Amino acid sequence: MSAWGKTLRRTWAIAAKEFRQLSRDRLTFGMVVGIPLIQILIFGYSINFDVRDIGAGVVDLANTSASRALIADLEATQVIRVEERLRTVAELEARIASGALSAGVYIPPDFERRKLDPQRTAVQVLVDGSEPTIEGVVRALANIRVPGRAGSSTLPSRLIEVRTLYNPEKRTPVQIVPALIGVILTLTMVVFTAVAIVRERERGNMELLITTPVKSGELMMGKLIPYVLVGLIQTTLILLVGVWLFNVPVVGSLIDLYIAAAAFIAANLMLGLVISTLAQTQFQAIQLSIFTLLPSILLSGFMFPFDGMPRVAQWIAQILPLTHFVELVRGIVLRGAPLGALWLPLTKLGIFFAIAMAVAATRFRKRLD
Amino acid sequence: MTTTPAIVARGLSRHFGQLRAVDGVDLTIPRAEIYGFLGPNGSGKSTTIRMLCGLLQPSAGTVEVLGYAMPGDAEKLRPKLGYMTQRFSLWEDLTVMENLLFIAEVYGLGPAQRTERIQSRLTEYNLLDRTGQRAGTMSGGQKQRLALAAATLHEPELLLLDEPTSAVDPQSRRDFWESLFRLVHQGTTILVSTHYMDEAERCHRLAILDRGRLVAEGTPKTLMAGIDAAVVEVETDDIEGTLAALRQVPEVESTAQLGTRLRVLLTRSATDPAATVRQSLQNARVAAQVNAAGPSLEDVFVAATGERRERREQRAAVAGQA
Repeated sequence: MSAWGKTLRRTWAIAAKEFRQLSRDRLTFGMVVGIPLIQILIFGYSINFDVRDIGAGVVDLANTSASRALIADLEATQVIRVEERLRTVAELEARIASGALSAGVYIPPDFERRKLDPQRTAVQVLVDGSEPTIEGVVRALANIRVPGRAGSSTLPSRLIEVRTLYNPEKRTPVQIVPALIGVILTLTMVVFTAVAIVRERERGNMELLITTPVKSGELMMGKLIPYVLVGLIQTTLILLVGVWLFNVPVVGSLIDLYIAAAAFIAANLMLGLVISTLAQTQFQAIQLSIFTLLPSILLSGFMFPFDGMPRVAQWIAQILPLTHFVELVRGIVLRGAPLGALWLPLTKLGIFFAIAMAVAATRFRKRLD
Repeated sequence: MTTTPAIVARGLSRHFGQLRAVDGVDLTIPRAEIYGFLGPNGSGKSTTIRMLCGLLQPSAGTVEVLGYAMPGDAEKLRPKLGYMTQRFSLWEDLTVMENLLFIAEVYGLGPAQRTERIQSRLTEYNLLDRTGQRAGTMSGGQKQRLALAAATLHEPELLLLDEPTSAVDPQSRRDFWESLFRLVHQGTTILVSTHYMDEAERCHRLAILDRGRLVAEGTPKTLMAGIDAAVVEVETDDIEGTLAALRQVPEVESTAQLGTRLRVLLTRSATDPAATVRQSLQNARVAAQVNAAGPSLEDVFVAATGERRERREQRAAVAGQA
C-alpha cells in the first residue's frame, strides 16, 4: 500500500473511532443537539432590537390642527404610544424621571411660527437616555418632517421614508438567526476538539497512540473530521428552527451556505487543536475555549456594528473567525449574495485555518515532554 | 536473526528540573530474552522505558533500540515495537473487538491478516466470549490480557511492558507470565518492569534500579551468587529483643521480618556472620535459632537499594565526623 493510502487508512480509523465514542457519550451527544436548540430559542425570542410602542407623554401647548396631526403621525410610526397628556414640561420630566414614561413630546405654543422658520426646531422630543436601545430608537424620530410650509398643511406631513432593505419588517430574528449559527458553532466546536485531545492525554490513551505508527497530522485530521460533520448537523438544526419558528428567509444558495459553514467549522476546530496543545487538563481546555468565545460574540459584528468600535477592537475582530462568518452568512442567507462575491471573508477563514494548523502542528509533538 | 543486542544505552539520563529521574544508566539487552527492571517506586523504571520508546527525550546519553537511534528514528521503530503502559490505555468506551480492530487499522494490517490475528489473540488471551464487552467494564486481569493482545497484534520484535501486573490477581499474573514465555520462544524480546520479586526471578536477566541509578545487573543466579552481603536467618519468639540486640552489631546492615523469622544482612567482611549474630544475641540474653542462609533475590534487592545504602552513608558520615 502506498504511503498516502496508509495515511488515509489511519486517519479514517481515528475518525471512525472518535465518531463511535462520540455517539456513546450521551452528555456530549446531547450537547450536539441540545446546545443549538436551547441557544436559538433563547436568542431568537429574547434579543429584540426592534422596540415598539414606547410609552410617551405629550405636552401640546400649541394645540392647533397641525400639532395634533404631528402627534398622530408620531403615533402612526408605532415607535411611541401616547399614554398621557400633560400640561407642562416639568410634569413631563417628572413622569420620565419616575420611570412611568420613557419618552415625551413637547410642542411649544409658538409651534406654527417655528415650523415656518427653517433655522429653528419646532418640536422637542424628550427621551430617557438610561436605556440605550430606546434612546437610539426615539432619536430616530427626530427625522420626522414637520408639516410643510404655510398653507400646505392640509396634507398630513410625511415621515422621511426609511426603507430598511433585506429585513423590511425590521424583525430582529432575521438579523440574529443566521449569525447565531456562527455563535453556536464557536461555542461548541472549539471546545469539542480541545477536549477530545486533552481527554485522551488525561486518560493515558495518548501515551499508547504516540507509540503506534500514527503520525501527528493523521491524528489531528482524524480528530477534526467527525466534528466537521457534527458542526454541519448543528448548522442544519439552527437553520430549520430559524426558518420554521422565526420565518427567516433563506435567499441565497444552500450549497454556498454549507461551504461557508464548513470553512468556519474547520477554522474553529483547528483553534480547538491549538488550545489542546496548550492545556494540560480538560478544565483548562474549557477555560481557554470560553476565553475565545466572549470577544467573538462582542466584536464579530454579531451584536454591535463595527462602525462604533475603536480601531484596536476592529483589528482584533479581524483575527476572529466569527467576524468573517457573520459577514458570509448574512450575505448568503439575507442578501442572496453568491459565494464568489464573498471571496474575501472566505479567504480570511482559509488563512486563519492555515495559520492555526501550522501552530498546532509545530506544537503537537509525538512525545510526552 | 541478527545477533546485535535489542537495546544498547550508554549514560542514559533524564532530569526533571532538579530531580535526576534517570542518572547515567548503561544497558545492553540481548534479543529473545525477558529482561527485567526491578526497583522501588520512583526508581526511574517508567522514565527509562519511556525514553526507550521515544516518548521522552533523554537529557543526556545515547540509546539504540533495534538498531535505531532514539528519539530521532522513533518513527521507524514504531512498527516493530509493542508498548504496554502502566495504566490501561486502550479506550474504555469501546468494546474489546473495536479496540483490537482500531489497533489493527493503525498498524496497517490487511483485512485477512487482521481477522486471523485478532482471532488468534482472542483465543490465546481467553477473550473470545468478551468481544462485545466495553473495555471499561472488565476486571483488571481481563484489561491486562486485552492490552497484551493489542500490544502483540502486529507481532512486534520488541515488547516494552511497564509494570504490567500491578493491578492483577496472582492467578492472572502466572497466566500472564506463561504468555510472555510463549512470546519469547517465538523470538520476541521483552523488557518488563516490576516490583515483584517472584516476577523478577523469572526474568532471564535483571537490572536493579534505585533512585535513577543502575545498582546491579545480571542473571538472577549471578546476582544472588555475587551478593555484596552475608545472609543470616534468625528464628525467635522475641523479635523486639532480637532487633534491639542486632542494632548494637556494627556489621549488621539490614533486617527484614518474615513471620517469626528475621533475615539479617551483614557486611561481607564479617568473618563467620552466623557466629557473630549468635554471640550478640547470647550477650543480650535473647533465645534464638541462628543459621547461615543462602541469599534470595530479595536479599540482593535489599543489599543493592535504599535502606542499606542509606545506612552505609550514615556510617560513613559518622566516621567522617569522628
